[in-house]
Amino acid sequence: MDIGWYLVVSALIFCIGAGGVLTRRNPLVILLCLELMLNAANLALIAFSRMHGNADGQIFALIVMVVAACEVAVGLGLIVAIFRRKLPIDVDELKELQG
Amino acid sequence: MSAVIFFIAAIGALTGAIGVVALRNPFYSVLSLVGHLLALSALFLLLRAEFLAAAQVIVYAGAVTVLYVFVVSYVGDGTVPLGPGGLRLRNVSMLFVGMLFVELAIAILGSGLSAIDGKGAPYVPGFGSPESIGEALLTKFLLPFELASLLLLVAAVGAVMLARRRAGGTTLEDIAYDESRYITPRSLFSGTMAEAVGALHAPPEAPRAPRKAADPVPASSPRAADDDASRGTHNPKDED
Repeated sequence: MDIGWYLVVSALIFCIGAGGVLTRRNPLVILLCLELMLNAANLALIAFSRMHGNADGQIFALIVMVVAACEVAVGLGLIVAIFRRKLPIDVDELKELQG
Repeated sequence: MSAVIFFIAAIGALTGAIGVVALRNPFYSVLSLVGHLLALSALFLLLRAEFLAAAQVIVYAGAVTVLYVFVVSYVGDGTVPLGPGGLRLRNVSMLFVGMLFVELAIAILGSGLSAIDGKGAPYVPGFGSPESIGEALLTKFLLPFELASLLLLVAAVGAVMLARRRAGGTTLEDIAYDESRYITPRSLFSGTMAEAVGALHAPPEAPRAPRKAADPVPASSPRAADDDASRGTHNPKDED
């Protein structure tokens, strides 16, 4: 298959993830949608790596996976902390930080 | 053949992604993410990234998803209805997402990269194999590799600090230390090897004074019972 097809799939997944981040209100699902966006970026990186025949892009994707794992750990820790303080698990209710 | 696999995997990945966004119950969203990740790792295999496909399945579909399932079942079903003004916001964000996709498509098609229409560089044996990835990680990309390990350490410590119990609930430090709460009193020779072989006989135990409750929080308080149950440190008084 042409590399362009992979890039189109990657763009679609990225847009679906972005739509989820914008529309959903549960922070857990927002984290899941962030995962989708990071995975879309990974797919694009690997497609470009294949296009050039250079494995450096795969290293880049591996580092992105590490960063995503860190983000999951910290994000889920935040959600557990929110839950323990008996605050609503809803990003629209947690708006004290907004300017 | 590869085209067929590509379309199956791509449709699977897109369906999984739509499921993550559209399903109301977060638990089903996580399950949908698993399907998405498996389909995506098939796409990685088609792009000859064998090591990354394996890492994707093991790290994401294995570890990260289990973490998500734990937190979903801990926090509970957070199905939230759309609030006031939610529908308008949804339409605006859908418009934004559509524009984003159009922009990305223009960027891809108009990039002028002639190789995008090709099947990629000629295949070299060993491309994307664990050997080549490991060699690159330990020679050319040693500094990012070490930084990634440092980042993982910081994230682990940070997650523990964030999720730890703070002021508000009673912790173990708040309860005054009472020996009988943790140590079962017993006579001098009981539980020793000498007793086991029959060389020594433990003297009959003296009748123990009834323990008094040293819990500062009354046990009838539902909060305290809840805290004990959630920590798994509930120590029934009549346990011997």
